[in-house]
This record gives sequence, C-alpha cells and structure tokens, in this order.
Amino acid sequence: MSKGRGLIVTTSPHVRDEDSVTKIMYNVVLALLPALILAVRTFGLHALWLIITCSVTALASEALAQKLRGVKVTINDGSALVTALLLAMSLPPNLPLWVAVVGTVVAIILGKQIFGGLGYNYFNPALIGRAFLLASFPVLMTTWEKPFVDAQAQATPLGLMKMEGVATPYSDLFMGSVSGSLGEVSALAILIGGLYLLYKGYIDWRIPLSYLGTVVIFMTILGEDPIFHLLAGSLLAGAFFYATDMVTTPITKKGRWIFGIGAGILLVLIRIFGGYPEGVLYSIILMNMFVPIIDKYTVPTVFGEVAK
Amino acid sequence: MSLWKEFAKGLWDENPVWVLLLGMCPLLAVTNTAVNGLAMGLATAFVLLGGGIVNSLLKNVIPHKVRIPCYIVVIATFVTIADYVMAAYFPEVHKLLGLFIPLIVVNCLILGRSESFATQNPVHYAISDALGMGVGFTWALTFLGIIREIFGFGSIFGVQVLGDWFTPWIIAVLPAGAFLTMGIVLAIFNVLKSGSTSEAECH
Repeated sequence: MSKGRGLIVTTSPHVRDEDSVTKIMYNVVLALLPALILAVRTFGLHALWLIITCSVTALASEALAQKLRGVKVTINDGSALVTALLLAMSLPPNLPLWVAVVGTVVAIILGKQIFGGLGYNYFNPALIGRAFLLASFPVLMTTWEKPFVDAQAQATPLGLMKMEGVATPYSDLFMGSVSGSLGEVSALAILIGGLYLLYKGYIDWRIPLSYLGTVVIFMTILGEDPIFHLLAGSLLAGAFFYATDMVTTPITKKGRWIFGIGAGILLVLIRIFGGYPEGVLYSIILMNMFVPIIDKYTVPTVFGEVAK
Repeated sequence: MSLWKEFAKGLWDENPVWVLLLGMCPLLAVTNTAVNGLAMGLATAFVLLGGGIVNSLLKNVIPHKVRIPCYIVVIATFVTIADYVMAAYFPEVHKLLGLFIPLIVVNCLILGRSESFATQNPVHYAISDALGMGVGFTWALTFLGIIREIFGFGSIFGVQVLGDWFTPWIIAVLPAGAFLTMGIVLAIFNVLKSGSTSEAECH
C-alpha cells in the first residue's frame, strides 16, 4: 500500500528472515525422518502404525483442546506433529496402539494445552506423555523387541549392561541393530537429524555439547565405557531432539550450559546409581523444571550496563 | 439463615473439596481406593461434627487470644476417639489409613470450620454446617476414590467391575494420580458450574 512512498521504520525487533513456527517444526519433522524410517525398517509395520497413531491422535487432541479453550485451532503449525513423533520415538516397538493413544492425549492435553498451548508449557510434552505411560504401564513400556524378529523379547543394550554386564558392540549401536524404543536404535540416524538441525541453526550446539560432554567426562571418571554410554539408549536422541526444545530450555547462553551439564549429571546418576537402566527422560524433565529459575539468574549484562 | 441452607451449602455450592479446596492432604493421600476415601471422609465428618459442637458451645468461655490451641485440643480429642473406634471395629481400614487418621487433627477444613463458622454461630447451626461439610467432604473423597480405583485396579469398593482385558493404570493409585484426577475432576466441575454461576459470584 505504501510502496514507493519512502522508508517505513517499525519498532524492533526487526525480523530479517522467513523463519516461522511452522517452518521450524516441519524442519524438525524432516530431521526426525531418518530415525523413524530406520525404526520401521528394524521393527516392522507395527512401528509405522505407532507413528501414525500418535500423529493422528496428537492432531485430533490438539484441535479438540483448542476448540474447548476457545482459541484458534493451529494444528497446521506442525508443533503437535513434532510432539507426536518425539513421543512415538520414545515408545517400545510392540506397544499396543491404545497405549500410544493414551500417551499422546496426555502429552498434548496435560503436557501442553493445559498450560496455555505452544510456548507456555514448562515440560517437554512428549516426555510428559512418556513419563505418564512409564508410571502407568511399566510392564508394557519396558518390553523390548529383538530387531528384525517379531514377537521375540530382548533387553536393551543398557538393560543388558546393567543387569548382566554384557556390552553390545559399537557397530550395532551405531547402525541400529539393537533393541530399544523406536528412536533409539541407531546413533547414526539420530546424528544425521541432529546435525541437520544444527546446520539450519534451529538448535543451539551448547545444549547437546554440554549434555553429551558431561556424560562422557563423568562416565570416564567413574570407570565406565564413555563411548558405549554415548551410543546406547536414547542419549543422542535426548541431546539433539528433546533437550533442545525451544520452549522448555533456557533462552540464555549461560543457562543452556547449566541446563546441559545438569541433565548430564542427572543422567549419569540415574544410569550408574539409580534403579532404572536409562535416565534420559527424567534427566531432561527434571532440568525442564529449573528452566525459569536458570533464566532468571543468567540474564546477561545489557551492553553498556556497568557490571556489578 | 436456615438450617437446611447451612447443611446444603457443604454438598455443592461451598463444597470443602471442590470449592473451598480444603483438606487436600488427606484427599491426595488416601483416595487411592473407594473404601479408603469413604473411611477417611466419615472419620473427618465425625471429627467435624464433634469439634464443631464443642467449640460452638465453648465459644464464650475460650479466651480469644488462645482460641486456636483450644480448638485443636478439642479436635484432637475427637480424632483420638475416631482413631480408637476405627482400630477396634475396622482394624483393616485403620491399618490402611495408618498415620492419616491422627493427621486429621491438622486438617485445615476442621479448624477452618471451627474458626469461621462454629464459633460465630449458635450450636444448632454449627451442627447443620458440620454435617453438610462432612457429607460434602465424604462424597468428594469417595468419588475420587471410585475413579482412581477403577483406573488403578479395575474395581469399585473391591468388587472387580472390569474384565481381564483391562490393564490397570498404575499411575492412578500413585500420588501423581491423585493430583491428576483431582485437577481433571475440578476442571470438569468448574466448566459445569460456569454455565450457572457468573464469574463475579465465584470470588
């Protein structure tokens, strides 16, 4: 309308690129694809059904919750889909579909919409869904399937390590020939997705680096095999996809270091001294809780302000 | 002010659980089954009634400055009676509720009703109020207990109502389940109520 009529200067911030919630979310979906495809290849069609069930349920419950709250329905922005895929990635491959439905509804409604929708939730919704399922159905949620063979149970590499002291070869962990939840089978697939997000600048390298680094340092100090602990379980998925959620992690740079280091220490404590073989879920969820206070105390000095 | 009105307000309009949000501690701790919820509700109702009557009668005798300790002594007496009666006649339930029976003493619902109602009103109104609050508290606890028992065990009052196909939702009988169930039920009740009550009346 005012084209050619001189300069128009709006107030800051001046948005210079075309990033939007929708664009970022669909890029995250793209980054998750390698892990999901590999999961379907490894565990068969049921894994695909789990992914589809979670996605459909997430979109439906997001739309329902937003209708009930009387706000604009925004299921096209992809955030519900990302939550659904992240939740699906954390589920065991032979989980009954109705359990996935329950988990997704809890993730979207109790994990996200109750707090006021996208941007207002304190905890990563997908992790809330998984925590709910783990507390509700501990047997179903820890029944793992042997890769490439249907209906044969096998413990996860971390379970084998903790209970029987058996180490799984690095190559299996890397390429995805181990049992575990959908998204944790292959370190390679997770790395591809994670590096893509780093390259696009949608996640901050500080959180994965401090999280993984803390785990490696403490595992080495404690005399454990750091490479094994890096590759096994959902640590890489956690570091790249769950711990980097924009809403539930600190916004300050210093805060992100604190977040990653704290999560790393919690993970080592749970894996080595705790009762569970895996602790990525609780390490991130517990640190999510501290984000408001971390942000409060790590506000950087404003340029020009005199340091105290 | 009528006796019926003082009784009825505790059932819904000023329900101690769903509106006043008092007595959350026993509510969250013992409503994992319907029987526990009912037993805790009845014990609390008894103490409410006894404490309400005695505190109402003593309101002119108790010096104002030391009224809270005096109320507590009266309430503790009735809690001890409830504790012993339950131990004698319902040992199983008493064992399940355990520490939470003596803890009725510090249930803020009971002290709250003594402080804000029983000692401000004649004894027959105090009785009416205590009965209403007691019944309101009991039904709320039993209701939560039923919901949590169905999800957590597939039964109601110990009778199996859901078949073998049912997988128990263990979280329902854990402390987290108490908060979740309470929050969801409260949200539903608030939605039901907001149709009939305007925002201004809620405050």
